[in-house]
Amino acid sequence: MQEKKLAIIATKGSLDWAYPPFILASTASALGYETEIFFTFYGLQLLKKKLSLEVTPLGNPGMPMPMSMDKWFPVMLTALPGMQAMMTSMMKKKMADKGVASLEELRELCQEAEVRLIACQMTVDLFDMPTSEFIEGIEYAGAARFFEFAGESDICLYI
Amino acid sequence: MADFDQELDASGLNCPLPILRAKKTLAPMETGQVLHIIATDPGSVKDFEAFSKQTGNELMESREEGGKFHFLIKKA
Repeated sequence: MQEKKLAIIATKGSLDWAYPPFILASTASALGYETEIFFTFYGLQLLKKKLSLEVTPLGNPGMPMPMSMDKWFPVMLTALPGMQAMMTSMMKKKMADKGVASLEELRELCQEAEVRLIACQMTVDLFDMPTSEFIEGIEYAGAARFFEFAGESDICLYI
Repeated sequence: MADFDQELDASGLNCPLPILRAKKTLAPMETGQVLHIIATDPGSVKDFEAFSKQTGNELMESREEGGKFHFLIKKA
């Protein structure tokens, strides 16, 4: 059986959106896929040694809120200071209670499974992000490098 | 239940951890050896079927007992 290939572009830097790239990449590698994730723009937050990702209820009508708050809580109030921190800690607690892996764990599993993690060099330069803040074992490259792998891939996802 | 060589308790773990742990546990096992997995994630039933199909490791048994899911997978 020839090895299948999965290419992912990760563009989002919030706690909730950090999950799909790492869940799909780690699962794909368990199924025998060769996998690569290209992190660009806000997605680069997912490569920081110290992850400080948050989830925001603001402008997100699909987000289930505790105590049916979404039914009576005015949208305006989700913009209040402290709301984001509160929703983030509630989301983290819920995930831990339900046995959902932490992002750090999933990312480590990806690295163990030799998922290649590529940071977009252009974004790193654009935001003056110090490379010392990123985890070890990642590659820095550009769009052409992504296509080298994506062009041969069986599945290509933009997240 | 048939004999097995190794056991993995993935109770309380959610997608995709049971699959990832199973893959890791199977890695050092020898061809023909059987892994018994216990899980509580209802999604794991379809997931282990799919895992078996895609990796070639045979899913010998899949059943529910006392709110837990039990799987027997033979390493290919």
